[in-house]
Amino acid sequence: MSFVDIKNVRKSFANVEVLKGVTINVEKGEIVTIIGRSGSGKSTLLRCINGLESIDDGEIRINGEVVHDKATDLRRLREKVGIVFQQFNLFPHMTVEQNITLAPTLTKRVAKGEAARKLAHEVLSRVGLEQKIDAYPEQLSGGQQQRVAIARCLAMGPELMLFDEVTSALDPELVGEVLKVMEDLARQGMTMILVTHEMNFARNVASKIVFMHAGKVHEQGAPAALFANPATPELRNFISSTH
Amino acid sequence: MTLNFNQLWRYQDDFLHGIQMTLTLTLIATVAGMLIGLLGALLSNNRLPAVRLLIRSYVEVIRNTPALIQIFLIFFVLPYAGLRLPPFEAAAVALSIYMGAYSVEIFRSGLASIPRSQIEAGQCLGLTRFQVFRHVILLPALRNIYPSLTSQIILILLGSSLASQVSAEELFHTAAFVESRTYRSFEVYAVVCAIYFVMVLSLRLIFAGAERIAFRWPTRR
Ligand SMILES: Nc1ncnc2c1ncn2[C@@H]1O[C@H](COP(=O)(O)OP(=O)(O)OP(=O)(O)O)[C@@H](O)[C@H]1O
Ligand SMILES: [Mg+2]
Repeated sequence: MSFVDIKNVRKSFANVEVLKGVTINVEKGEIVTIIGRSGSGKSTLLRCINGLESIDDGEIRINGEVVHDKATDLRRLREKVGIVFQQFNLFPHMTVEQNITLAPTLTKRVAKGEAARKLAHEVLSRVGLEQKIDAYPEQLSGGQQQRVAIARCLAMGPELMLFDEVTSALDPELVGEVLKVMEDLARQGMTMILVTHEMNFARNVASKIVFMHAGKVHEQGAPAALFANPATPELRNFISSTH
Repeated sequence: MTLNFNQLWRYQDDFLHGIQMTLTLTLIATVAGMLIGLLGALLSNNRLPAVRLLIRSYVEVIRNTPALIQIFLIFFVLPYAGLRLPPFEAAAVALSIYMGAYSVEIFRSGLASIPRSQIEAGQCLGLTRFQVFRHVILLPALRNIYPSLTSQIILILLGSSLASQVSAEELFHTAAFVESRTYRSFEVYAVVCAIYFVMVLSLRLIFAGAERIAFRWPTRR
């Protein structure tokens, strides 16, 4: 069984079916990039993976554990599954350090005080922002905020990270610094599922690309092959529209 | 007409007592009212329609009727139901219920002012519902409602003068008492008015100071 096993997942909002039977496998250490038009269900799928959304049919397993099983401790599961959003979602009333150490100290992963600050420092160094440890989110640029959001996830020691268009809200000149952090994570062997419109990044970093269309996996494969020889007109159109 | 404030000095202790009781009344109504408000706000999108209806009715009835009548009801009518409260206690209960209804609305708007994405961010970090409330929602929500909440507390302080109508001892009651002894209406009410003014002004200063200390984080321009 794969590390992340998404099988035939269906999901509707009211009467509109957004996911119409999605099946994706992600192995440990893989970088899976989901691409597709706006409204094709990419965010919804990511939100289903960490249990933010319920599903109507099918199954999602992470490391064997069924996400939507009533018996599953979602909170414990989420400590292993980090998610980073387009809008950063940092807590405005907390400093960078507090943002990072809140969850680890509340869930008793690390003691308050020195140990917590050390953890904050350590994850901040992985995103190159040690010097901002005492700043408030509002005092940071969008790119810096997003890197703090990634550091906040890392502090939980996740085994899987989900990224939902994390560079889409950034000014163009700030996109690079965030992508670089993600590249570093990929190189360190983090398992990642990411939704992105950065085609170059997808091409260079992903181990697999999934093209979603109308609530289904329309096509998937290794980046080079997929971009060179799209099998369907929908993917061909999508690729040409992103240039 | 000649003004004569001298006679009032003899009643210094009565005024001090009145001030103390007014502040006590305000404090009780504020604390109890805010607890009611917080609870009501948390329950106001409860699954059970009966709970929602109950809270809605409470808020609407209290906010759309005179506070004075509410005080009268507690003081004069509750005894028929077997609950006889002394004037001050009756006024404290009535003002708490009154403050509670406004607080429900204020806290509700505070909770609604926190974007869903903030709550989700907390959930995604593995926090419990209570932890999300306590650490993610509470402070920013309080900051958002701080102006309306503090105005409401000041309205309660001023409105607590209604308690005099059931002879609860508080500042306005003292005023009526001293006036009946001295027949110096203008002087008495001028002094009492000044005392209310100073109390409210001090309260505003305290609120402003507390705001500076409690909400330090920079906000979006
Ligand atoms: N909470 C919700 N309630 C109702 N409809 C929703 C909800 N969330 C998403 N949808 C709908 O589901 C569809 C898929 O949305 P989703 O956000 O997953 O698309 P997406 O592929 O991430 O698009 P984008 O590239 O614009 O982010 C859209 O039509 C959207 O309107
Ligand atoms: Mg999306």
